[in-house]
Amino acid sequence: MLPWLALLLVFQLAGEAARHALALPVPGPVLGMLALLLTLGVRGWLKRDGDAVPESLERAVGVLLGHLSLLFVPAGVGVMTHIALLATEAVPLAVALIGSTLAAIATAGPLMVLMERRP
Amino acid sequence: MIDGLSDIWVYLARDPLFGLTLTIVAYLAADRVYRWLGLHPLANPVLWSVIVLAGVLWATDIPYARYFEGAQFIHVLLGPATVALAVPLYRALGTLRRSWRGIAVALPAAVVVASLGAVGLAMLFGAEDVTVASVAPKAVTTPIAMGISERIGGLPSLTAVLVILTGILGAVLGPPLLTLLKVRDPRARGIALGAAAHGIGTARAFNESPETGAHASLAMGLAGVMTAVLLPLVW
Repeated sequence: MLPWLALLLVFQLAGEAARHALALPVPGPVLGMLALLLTLGVRGWLKRDGDAVPESLERAVGVLLGHLSLLFVPAGVGVMTHIALLATEAVPLAVALIGSTLAAIATAGPLMVLMERRP
Repeated sequence: MIDGLSDIWVYLARDPLFGLTLTIVAYLAADRVYRWLGLHPLANPVLWSVIVLAGVLWATDIPYARYFEGAQFIHVLLGPATVALAVPLYRALGTLRRSWRGIAVALPAAVVVASLGAVGLAMLFGAEDVTVASVAPKAVTTPIAMGISERIGGLPSLTAVLVILTGILGAVLGPPLLTLLKVRDPRARGIALGAAAHGIGTARAFNESPETGAHASLAMGLAGVMTAVLLPLVW
């Protein structure tokens, strides 16, 4: 577990470093994710028949992503620090959040079904 | 006796361990109720953990900053968790090879509707400029959204809250909306949930099936990258 957590952190740090060095608009963890994806891709290509994802990495990732929801809770509780602003701008924010979220889901789902329907 | 108890309480409430323990216990309770109610979207564990924790902090007069001294140890794990998404993403590449046409159309459309739709609606209903900039990246995962918000002149901490609210809305309203629209294909449900409701939608998608979750991870990752490139360009 611990070596794989270290590996994930190393990829994240490399991502942060690349973002600063190249002044990229994409955040460090996302660059780290893309780098790990690329690493797994190369590993899979080299191994061909074998599995590119080591079983112990799979387990460590399972622990971390198994409770992905928990990781959003501390930032979510921050809602209490913005109560005043949320109250004064409640109407535009509620309309913007609900309207655009429903619209995005209603756009992506049916479009995907439409494009993937076999003729 | 009462004085002794309140002394202990004042001491404990100052300890970072308090925020950390409270967060995990509240989440475990909310998650148990969520499972007990058959993963009903309205029982979303993020929603109820936040309500319970904000209620406890408000009732006990503990400032958010002090709570966060302990809760930050959970918050920092968002970084490695984002990196870890490469694994389900890698697993999804096989299906991506089969459904890239749909994703190439549906995903950019969802990104534009989610970000520019939020900007347009917020402006239309008279939000301040800083609020508009804060709401623009709300559909993508917290670390990306906060970075974009800072870049285009929003408040990163407000963005974090709007991101969580969006994720909860998407995870609660998304599945019934997709069912109403007769979208049953797990790939389509995953793409929609991941693109519109980032990690919270993705966590919900994994509850439906591993295939739905893998597509949601893919959509969330790509939507984050697309939004991070799109918004600073159009701003």
